[in-house]
Amino acid sequence: MPLPATGRPALNCTGLVKRYGDLTAVDGLDLTVRRGECFGLLGPNGAGKTTTIEILEGLLAPDAGAVEVLGSRWGADDDALRRRLGIHLQETQFDERLSVAETLGLFRSFYRGGPPVADVLETLGLQAKAGTWVGQLSGGQRQRLAVGCALVGDPELLFLDEPTTGLDPQSRRQLWSVLQRFRAADGSILLTTHYMDEAQVLCDRVAIVDGGRIIAQGAPRELIASLGAAHVIEFGLPSGQDAEPDAREIAARLAALPGVRDVDRAGDRWQLGAEDLQETLPALMRFAEEAGIALVSVTTHAATLEDVFVSLTGRRLRDV
Amino acid sequence: MSDGGPFRHPLAALTLARFRLTIREPEMVFWIFVFPILMALALGIAFQSRGEEPMPVAVRDAPGAAPILAALARAGDLEGVVTPEGDELALLRDGRAHLVVVPGSPPTYRYDPVRPESRLTRLLVDRALAGAAGHAPAWTARTEEVATPGSRYIDWLVPGLLGMNIMGTGMWGLGFGIVMARSRKLLKRMVATPMRRSHFLASLVVSRLAFLGFEMLALLGFAGWVFGVGNEGGPAALVVVALVGALAFGGIGLLTASRARTIEGVSGIMNVVMVPMWICSGVFFAVTNFPEAAQPFIRALPLTALIDALRGVMLNGHALAGVGVELGLLAGWGVVTFTLALRVFRWQ
Ligand SMILES: Nc1ncnc2c1ncn2[C@@H]1O[C@H](COP(=O)(O)OP(=O)(O)OP(=O)(O)O)[C@@H](O)[C@H]1O
Ligand SMILES: [Mg+2]
Repeated sequence: MPLPATGRPALNCTGLVKRYGDLTAVDGLDLTVRRGECFGLLGPNGAGKTTTIEILEGLLAPDAGAVEVLGSRWGADDDALRRRLGIHLQETQFDERLSVAETLGLFRSFYRGGPPVADVLETLGLQAKAGTWVGQLSGGQRQRLAVGCALVGDPELLFLDEPTTGLDPQSRRQLWSVLQRFRAADGSILLTTHYMDEAQVLCDRVAIVDGGRIIAQGAPRELIASLGAAHVIEFGLPSGQDAEPDAREIAARLAALPGVRDVDRAGDRWQLGAEDLQETLPALMRFAEEAGIALVSVTTHAATLEDVFVSLTGRRLRDV
Repeated sequence: MSDGGPFRHPLAALTLARFRLTIREPEMVFWIFVFPILMALALGIAFQSRGEEPMPVAVRDAPGAAPILAALARAGDLEGVVTPEGDELALLRDGRAHLVVVPGSPPTYRYDPVRPESRLTRLLVDRALAGAAGHAPAWTARTEEVATPGSRYIDWLVPGLLGMNIMGTGMWGLGFGIVMARSRKLLKRMVATPMRRSHFLASLVVSRLAFLGFEMLALLGFAGWVFGVGNEGGPAALVVVALVGALAFGGIGLLTASRARTIEGVSGIMNVVMVPMWICSGVFFAVTNFPEAAQPFIRALPLTALIDALRGVMLNGHALAGVGVELGLLAGWGVVTFTLALRVFRWQ
């Protein structure tokens, strides 16, 4: 992964607040996206990602806070600023009776520069669908068209709100490579996503948002390293062992096992953060045998951003 | 390729897109082109002058009916039918007889005075029976039949239909496009580009005016070809009136669509606005049928003004100055609604 370019940030905001009645959707949020960087906003449903990104895009007015995009503030010369931005909203339904090429051509007409529509079609792998009406596209093809409409103006900064939701794995990879090429050509990206692998592949830095605040921020690898545990061991205990005093005692004994960094419990699933599987896994097995507990479906995986979120909030990122 | 040539300009590209969307919507094509033509055809045929058809008269089956039938037959423009007493009212109600004659000395006429054809028939029958009874008329006037183009019901109806069409397509054309884009978050997406908002609104108006041209050609061409409906005032005045009318209803359409979030919502508002005008503004029958007290309100309605101006030009051959009041009223409606709409317009 190339190192992020330094210099004046592509985007900067401080103390962002947005309230809807009693609900504070964004609650004092600071964010900086450097030039040439891909920055990811992660967070569960309702965390305030879309609200934040729409404030940054100048589509929503914040109740408090300052926003600077490419060195400008909203409200001065917005059209000039918009010419330098590419925007993908979480939900846009394009006119169903325009073709893919016509839709791209329409959006292309709003910008002064930018690649020919044919090039954008090729970038997105939509050449075969150029003449197809939008109403006849599959969900993933529409999603790609929406990203295409963000790219037609040759932007310096790209805002993408869940650009790959609903895509098949192959289309996602294809879109990733589009975004990687965009960034390699010095573009900056702010995106939101629910996919941890996507954030880990694409983003130089990520911020984890919960309840309208940033609860952790940094390069994905740093955040994962901050767990102090490269691996996660997950297992269930047979019911009956779940009574509270029992569970507390088990948690204490699990924490004392060699190499265990932390112990988390979500319902009847337990998670151990471990530095070295070779050391901890046999110890866990011995403990279970001695205590006469039968472990149910033991799995292990390399720690991900998801585990960072779980360890910070005790909840899962995705509503599973 | 669709991104080349003159359509690089955002206003041109937006207008082209709006144009494509309109012609790709079969319902739109129906309401714009087919519906007014069908309407003109149906009403034109229903109200066609059929020469001097005899007026049907029911004669009660009673002693003295025979000489009455003979007198009616001699008159030529009346057709007597002997009818049992019990069937009289049904015949009157259905329009199969305009009048019932009850033999007697003098005879009795039964009819509904609200129906103009019944009042007319009463006069004809009276003259025929009086003649038969030996009261010769003082003189017989010469008659001239007037069924020349320019003075028939269809001549009067076509400007009304044109006005109705300008109202309907103006309001739907603008309102639908806007609310559809808003409800699909497309308006928000477009506002997120450097597109000028005025370009978006102007594209709706420009494509609307282009369709107005086609609409007028279709309806007036059809009416001229099939019924010989003409235009006394010449094309220039007609086009100006239609343009002013289309802009006025564009403003009203914009206002009705300025905040609505759903198609159902805007449909409701538009019906509330349009239905009273369909009824009151003299599309199918003269505005003077409504009570005196309602006249000022009806006269102030934009559709009334538009139809009056269209009839002024097409039937009376007025120049623009002759329909200045109506044009002023329409322009007023347009300016006020446009200004208001831009103030309250919701882009997201
Ligand atoms: N227009 C609105 N009116 C009232 N509340 C709103 C509005 N828009 C968003 N909210 C609330 O603000 C909170 C944040 O919403 P937001 O759309 O920013 O979440 P998100 O992080 O994008 O979620 P998701 O992952 O589901 O897209 C939610 O609780 C939502 O209900
Ligand atoms: Mg969202």
